[in-house]
Amino acid sequence: MNRFKAFIIKEFRHILRDKRTLLILFGMPITQVLLFGYVLTNDIKNAPIAILDNAHDHESSSLTQRLLSSGYFQLAESVTTISEVESAFRQGKVKLAVIFPADFGHLLNADGTAPLQIIGDASDPNVATTLINYAQAIVLTYQSERIKGTVPPMSITAEMHMLYNPEMRSVFGFVPGVMTLILLLVSAMMTSITIAREKEMGTMEVLLASPLRPLQIILGKAVPYLVLTILNAFVVVLLGIFIFGMPMRGSIVLLACESALYMLVALALGIFISTKAGDQQQAMFISALGLMMPTMLLSGFIFPRESMPWVLQKIGALIPATWFNQIIKGIMIKGIGIDLLWFPTMILGIMAVVFIGLSARNFKNRLE
Amino acid sequence: MEKVIVTDKLTRSFGSFTAVNAISFDVRQGEIFGFLGANGAGKTTALKMLTGLLMPTSGSATIAGYDVRRSPEQVKQHIGYMSQKFSLYEDLTVRENIRFFGGIYGLTSKELREKIPQVIESLGLGSQKDQLVKGLPLGWRQKLAFAVAQLHNPSVVFLDEPTSGVDPVTRRLFWEDIYEASARGTTLMVTTHYMEEAEYCHRVSIMVDGRIEALDTPARLKAQYSASNMDEVFRKLARPE
Repeated sequence: MNRFKAFIIKEFRHILRDKRTLLILFGMPITQVLLFGYVLTNDIKNAPIAILDNAHDHESSSLTQRLLSSGYFQLAESVTTISEVESAFRQGKVKLAVIFPADFGHLLNADGTAPLQIIGDASDPNVATTLINYAQAIVLTYQSERIKGTVPPMSITAEMHMLYNPEMRSVFGFVPGVMTLILLLVSAMMTSITIAREKEMGTMEVLLASPLRPLQIILGKAVPYLVLTILNAFVVVLLGIFIFGMPMRGSIVLLACESALYMLVALALGIFISTKAGDQQQAMFISALGLMMPTMLLSGFIFPRESMPWVLQKIGALIPATWFNQIIKGIMIKGIGIDLLWFPTMILGIMAVVFIGLSARNFKNRLE
Repeated sequence: MEKVIVTDKLTRSFGSFTAVNAISFDVRQGEIFGFLGANGAGKTTALKMLTGLLMPTSGSATIAGYDVRRSPEQVKQHIGYMSQKFSLYEDLTVRENIRFFGGIYGLTSKELREKIPQVIESLGLGSQKDQLVKGLPLGWRQKLAFAVAQLHNPSVVFLDEPTSGVDPVTRRLFWEDIYEASARGTTLMVTTHYMEEAEYCHRVSIMVDGRIEALDTPARLKAQYSASNMDEVFRKLARPE
């Protein structure tokens, strides 16, 4: 046990003395959560728009008022002709334009129906779709308020209810995603790099010739990073809750256990990578390309898995983060328990067993 | 004199390739044993078996009375190993390196408290004891690595090309350390590429294609192969015309 203690102390010394490691360990999680939380958001606010009001009547100005007071739009250009609208789009000054025809109010009151043109800048299709949807929603609300009192021939009032995340805040999706990424980064990448470093420096030879058992060496490498990862997971969850208003509806204990399981998978992956990589650079490269990229792209963290081609969906199912992502969202946002999460938990469990087995076998082979 | 290393027909094959082919030799306590051979002659494989890192395919070897096959952990506890890179942790200080290696060989904190100042003093590193190893000149690292390999008073110290990359003067000085250790009764098994160093060994074995082709004192080997130095002996054996 003393031998193992000496090893752990040494590992902590390495970590605390290497500024780069420290930066990755503690700087990255916080920056990533803040970055993803604030920057990578699908919610659009204060989009610059132009309004070409040819009607200048009561209806057109009160609808304009509605659009601009919604918080989603901001009047960027005052325009009086259609060519000015065009040039505003070309210069990128506006993302959306609303055009009222000259007899807008008259048609609306006389015929009960009036055209309204909404133009979006689809060179950025996601933004255009979102903005047009916002605008349409505002127009519809205005319309239903106007017809109040008069009896429409028939009407279906669809009542929408967004479960679990009524404000549709995209940060609810990103915080769990970042957590899967950070835990993977710290556990897998850092462990693989630190083992590769021993090989590169030649100290691995000395360790193997010492009475330390291979298992003790691996555990000695893994334990300090496990401790730091747990710390990191806490920081990410707390940031999510206190800065971005993530709910914590489920059991914290369950979340901690599931996180531990996921870390185990990640650590085993890191050790597995280290048995394959000859030096630190390779370890970093394999981790980044083999773990980080698929996790970002295929786990459903940024892009919805449902819209991926069949093959990519299947590949995504092989990524531990895909399942862990479901688990975190389930616990934090939906507040569900193990009775509904047993399936992804089981998959992670199988992955843990497989990767630990693989890395143990490879580590032994490498000694031979 | 007591025999510290005894091997009997020690063999290791990888598939159909026999890397080490039934080598048998004894090394006495306090002996400096030169273990020579060209690259690929089976030297490294033999060393791995003797240090408990690799299981023999057949034959046996005992180190300080412990069988490498049955009790590799005991073997490891009774040997010291110094790699050719003088592997120390560059981001740890001199004192921390000593503490770590002492720790993994099972020295207690009390033993370490006594041992660390002793080692630092005997190396003359008093003023650098809290300096990172990174800043230490190669010659000092070599001495430190050797001292670290002996912290737990091993019966045998394996030195894998212990002088590679250092200048001739430092190399000569390092051999004085080796003689000192030998005088204290430690057995030393040394591999080297420098043939003049083979002359410093008490006995030398030369491996060719997995077998020990010659084993004797440098003087007798030179006489036997009518060579003026060990380099000639080595060339006659390892690269026969």
